[in-house]
Amino acid sequence: MTRLDLVPLWAAVPVAILLVIGATLALLGAVGLLRLRTFYDRLHAPTLCTSWGTAATILASMVMFTTMSGRPVIHEIVIGIFVMITTPITLLMLGRAALRRDRAKDPTMLDEGARLPLIERDDGTKEAAKTLEGDENAPQEAPPQPMGN
Amino acid sequence: MSATILNFASIYALLALGLAFAMSCWRMMQGPRAQDRVLAMDTMYICAMLLILVVGMRVGSIFFFEAALVIAVLGFVATVSLAKFLMRGEVIE
Repeated sequence: MTRLDLVPLWAAVPVAILLVIGATLALLGAVGLLRLRTFYDRLHAPTLCTSWGTAATILASMVMFTTMSGRPVIHEIVIGIFVMITTPITLLMLGRAALRRDRAKDPTMLDEGARLPLIERDDGTKEAAKTLEGDENAPQEAPPQPMGN
Repeated sequence: MSATILNFASIYALLALGLAFAMSCWRMMQGPRAQDRVLAMDTMYICAMLLILVVGMRVGSIFFFEAALVIAVLGFVATVSLAKFLMRGEVIE
């Protein structure tokens, strides 16, 4: 613990705040992953982890090691750039795979899953769900088309 | 003084990240379909990377950074190949 005393107080306070913000955002992302109802809702929750959870932790690490060693230490930014680039690719591919699996399994199952939070939010959205169902039934492209690569 | 502040903040960060890890682990065990499990595994990789970064800040060593970078790269490759497998049924075509 003696090495942490090398950090001056004006740097320790922002580092602590950034650490708390990053860890809390990661925890919120995991709570969303656990609590949301459909997969397409859950797909959005862990981006809290990967956007500002990672960025705040990396900023805290950069500030702490820079003030501790007296020279600029910014190589943690490699992790930040990598995570920022790869997260949209990963989640896009995963969402596309889930969409294809759902359409191959049952073409109407996706509509049910998309309509479920609307019904739960307030009671007056029953008509909105039925009009959405009517709109969805009109084109009715039954075979799951391959949507590109 | 600064050691006390950093100690409390890093202990809180470790507890919160451990809880996030446990929650995504629970989702991975419970998840209704395969894509939920893959998404939970991706979140677990990110949480483990952040845990290792915070442990490296606590210890004060610079070498935990490389472990975190390796975990990030492996998490990306694993999740993309699993998503590819879910979409196509095979990884390399």
